[in-house]
Amino acid sequence: MTFPRRSIAIGALVLAAVPALANPFERVRPVTHEPTRKECGECHMPFQPGLLPAGSWTRIMDTLNDHFGESAALTPDVAADIRAYLTGNAAGRGDGGLLRITEQPWWTRKHHFRPDVWTRPSVVSKANCEACHRGAAQGLYEDD
Amino acid sequence: MIPHALRRILLSTALFAVGAGVAYAAGESAARSAILDGYAAQAKAEAPIFAGFSADRGRALYLGPHAGGKADTNACAACHTPNPAAAGRHAKTGRTIEPMAVSANPKRFTDRAEVEKRFDRDCPNVLGRACTAAEKGDFITYLSGQ
Ligand code: HEC
Ligand code: HEC
Ligand code: HEC
Repeated sequence: MTFPRRSIAIGALVLAAVPALANPFERVRPVTHEPTRKECGECHMPFQPGLLPAGSWTRIMDTLNDHFGESAALTPDVAADIRAYLTGNAAGRGDGGLLRITEQPWWTRKHHFRPDVWTRPSVVSKANCEACHRGAAQGLYEDD
Repeated sequence: MIPHALRRILLSTALFAVGAGVAYAAGESAARSAILDGYAAQAKAEAPIFAGFSADRGRALYLGPHAGGKADTNACAACHTPNPAAAGRHAKTGRTIEPMAVSANPKRFTDRAEVEKRFDRDCPNVLGRACTAAEKGDFITYLSGQ
């Protein structure tokens, strides 16, 4: 008589596990804040706030003078506005000690490709999400 | 056979669209001239011998190569592409950049704050220093003729 009870218990476990397994980054809210779209979308696509935890955004906004070797400096009022938007809509998970999306463990797990993929003329950089994800600007990263 | 009345409407809409296009382009070229005038005044203040902008000097600045900046971006053309009428590509991020030539992209050099911000960022990368007002004017003069 223990058998059906066990299978019910397992079924409940599986159901509970499904939401945890779905990748929360495969669909993130698009950038809705115009200053972020403009100022953070010049050199690369404007990354959605939901791709990084607040700690990472805070460190990025603290170091715009030396932003991955470039200056992305902004006037203080614009920077404060963008900082509030990014941290206020940040991901609930991820490693806030890492600045890059492309260093986050969830990202590297999904992007185990041959090294020469990253140097293709159409790709150039891991951060060029749009080269591979056509829906990247809309926050859509499901397999396509 | 398009009915006469409809044809009149179509024609006047077309004329209106052309007229609006011309007015818009005039606004853009006025904005660009104002930016150039500002750089000319600044260039005169920096060096009294300043005798106007030169498209040839602007072309040399654009195409490089230059020493002093970063090795992978030793020319404006590294990101903006040697053919300014073509779309460029950011050397580090791979992102497409709209053409710099005014003929291909009439919106170029019409927003003073935007133009200044990008000179402030791009000149140190390429030259290892800020651009002078004369260089900025040369650059815009070259690309306005492209
Ligand atoms: C002047 C150009 C420029 C501007 C403006 C700019 N960035 Fe960047 N950004 C870069 C470069 C270059 C990289 C490094 C790309 C690489 O290594 O492939 C980068 C990388 C990043 C990354 C890491 C991408 C990864 O590898 O995961 C984030 C996040 C980022 N930028 C956010 C921002 C934000 C937020 C803003 C607006 C406040 C901004 N950027 C504005 C040039 C810029
Ligand atoms: C060279 C191409 C390439 C680039 C560049 C790239 N990706 Fe991906 N990405 C892929 C592929 C292929 C997959 C599917 C891998 C898999 O399912 O195992 C993927 C998977 C993902 C997933 C998981 C989707 C899912 O359904 O679980 C996310 C989220 C994602 N990428 C985000 C990004 C972001 C954000 C960037 C830019 C910072 C980026 N990717 C850059 C190729 C790329
Ligand atoms: C590392 C890549 C890179 C290099 C090298 C580069 N630029 Fe740019 N430039 C950009 C990006 C990105 C933009 C913003 C996107 C846009 O305006 O389409 C831009 C825009 C500009 C603008 C703004 C034009 C406008 O209409 O607002 C000017 C001016 C400019 N660049 C000047 C230069 C000059 C001068 C050099 C060489 C000394 C140079 N750039 C080299 C990446 C670069």
